Amino acid sequence: MARDSKDGKAKTLFEKVWDAHLVRAETPETPAILYIDLHLVHEVTSPQAFSTLRERGLRVRRPERTLATMDHSTPTLPRLPNGKFPFIDAQAEAQVRQLEKNAADFGVELHGLGDDAQGVVHVFGPEMGATQPGMTVVCGDSHTATHGAFGALAFGIGTSEVSHVLATQCLLQRRAKSLAVRVEGALAKGVSGKDLILAIIAKLGVGGGTGHVLEYTGSAIRALTMEGRMTVCNMSIEAGARAGLIAPDDTTFQWLAGRPRAPKGKDFDAAVARWRTLATDAGATYDREVVIDAAAVAPWITFGTNPGQGIPVNGVVPDPSREADASSRSTLESALRYMGLTPGQKLLGQKIDAVFIGSCTNGRLEDMREAARVMKGNRVKVRTLVVPGSHKVKKAAESEGLDRIFRDAGAEWREPGCSMCIAMNGDNITAGQYCVSTSNRNFEGRQGAGGRTLLASPLTAAAAAVSGAVADPRQMEVG
Amino acid sequence: MEPIRLIQSKTVVLPRENVDTDQIIPARFLKVTDKKGLGKALFSDWRYDASGAPRPDFVLNQPVAAGCRILVAGDNFGCGSSREHAPWALADYGIQAVVSTRIADIFRSNCLKNGLVPVVLDRESHARLLGAPGAEVTIDLEACTISLPGGGTATFPIDAFARYCLMNGVDELGFLLSQGAAISAFEGAR
Repeated sequence: MARDSKDGKAKTLFEKVWDAHLVRAETPETPAILYIDLHLVHEVTSPQAFSTLRERGLRVRRPERTLATMDHSTPTLPRLPNGKFPFIDAQAEAQVRQLEKNAADFGVELHGLGDDAQGVVHVFGPEMGATQPGMTVVCGDSHTATHGAFGALAFGIGTSEVSHVLATQCLLQRRAKSLAVRVEGALAKGVSGKDLILAIIAKLGVGGGTGHVLEYTGSAIRALTMEGRMTVCNMSIEAGARAGLIAPDDTTFQWLAGRPRAPKGKDFDAAVARWRTLATDAGATYDREVVIDAAAVAPWITFGTNPGQGIPVNGVVPDPSREADASSRSTLESALRYMGLTPGQKLLGQKIDAVFIGSCTNGRLEDMREAARVMKGNRVKVRTLVVPGSHKVKKAAESEGLDRIFRDAGAEWREPGCSMCIAMNGDNITAGQYCVSTSNRNFEGRQGAGGRTLLASPLTAAAAAVSGAVADPRQMEVG
Repeated sequence: MEPIRLIQSKTVVLPRENVDTDQIIPARFLKVTDKKGLGKALFSDWRYDASGAPRPDFVLNQPVAAGCRILVAGDNFGCGSSREHAPWALADYGIQAVVSTRIADIFRSNCLKNGLVPVVLDRESHARLLGAPGAEVTIDLEACTISLPGGGTATFPIDAFARYCLMNGVDELGFLLSQGAAISAFEGAR
């Protein structure tokens, strides 16, 4: 898998993974044929791809490299007394049933509703140990970049490409440019990976990473836990980059050891030796580089309708009249109009209607612990949904008593799923409502038509929940 | 897919930046298991009010939009989610080309699988199109040019293979399936 740079040329992590998966290199006339090691599948973006296989009489080329779960259309309320799952409607249930049928017909391993490994696909894959350093990983979901936290080249694809990978285990791809995001120094207390990535997106802009693969480097990245690294890589797409990678190190290897699909015993040791060679070589160059001072990053919150429109939580909403060009001015004006916010106003104290803690960005155990630190001994003042990213996260959180803390605070402790991040399953806010959310997108209507999303970290979201308004977690008593 | 060489149409102009795929088609329409008929959900939350009535101020509800095949939009069109439902909805509505100064990577890739031509232009040419809604425009895929209101043409970059597939109605899956021997050789050598 991870082959050393035999030609002696200094290579980046991205180049090493790319080169090791070339069935055919690209030419001016044809894109590269890139081999895919792991294909994650969920119910929303796969039905039409399986239909293509049926129409053409094709099989899944490598079922053992294909792994499915369900998360988007699934309910987060518990089973009904009659044992059935409370789907939002018949269409959602039909989509879930279709994945069950497709997995059975094509021999794909599925961890569906009722399975104790089921979860949000980007929480589930790493937990299974299926995501490993040096791999190519794809999924019909733009947040597939999450898996880059392990030093895998992981990116989202459309449904046509899902059919390509199912049928051939390959994709036609042009090599992207590389962009190093070097974060030096230490994050301050109360500042997490989520705050860091929101600040990075604000700096790059929502289209700034288009055509690039990001590699996050520097001392602040090395100091992050795997959960923090997954949060950072997860939102690479929000800067327009399809993938974001972090070189694997001891933190990665310790996290992977003992996972169901991770190599065992001597095989694991051999894999670690191979994985260590993946890091970017000294002297390798990137097409672009940006440098971020970790110490200068504050708890971050978005005020607008794209993830790049963010400010420090104690900052003020920017004034469109100060924007140099007409286009940026009108973009900002329309965002503030939608959000019902005023130029120059503080967000601290802004009344909110709901809080969502969960998603592929912040639905892991560490995120649950962070939220619980703030909620412990407090009462939430607005509707608060805490949705673990998987059954494994749920079970681990419950074994630590975190569910009691959330319930005692008046929050709802739900079953795993994407829930109010994408609001497909009935978990949503209503028009005009404000929601502080640990998810990844504040697009218009993302959490429900007309809803207004403020993206933040689990700590900031929990602080907002117990305050009923936007609050600075650094000012809270945390357990 | 139908081969595409020329697209001649009036333009419909959506002068917003960063139009994300959640706007092109909101998530509640993604519970389908086929790809037909999504055009009616295109830009649903901008096109219809909460009661389902068309919003008269939205461009697709105005007479100028009728029959338009070319959508001109602000910078960074199609950002966000990988949902191929976005190009399915655009194509089902009748759009054949999307023009911007920047088109998001996954959306662009999805367009190419569905006979939608992604046209990325320099700011000046783009500004001329933005400033002339309803202009009669010709996109020539062979020459990689788009005619501009007031005269002249602009060229746009498009990957040679993608252009070949669009112009010949070739789908990528067929090409990949023809590479089975190379794929088996790669798998055998690992």
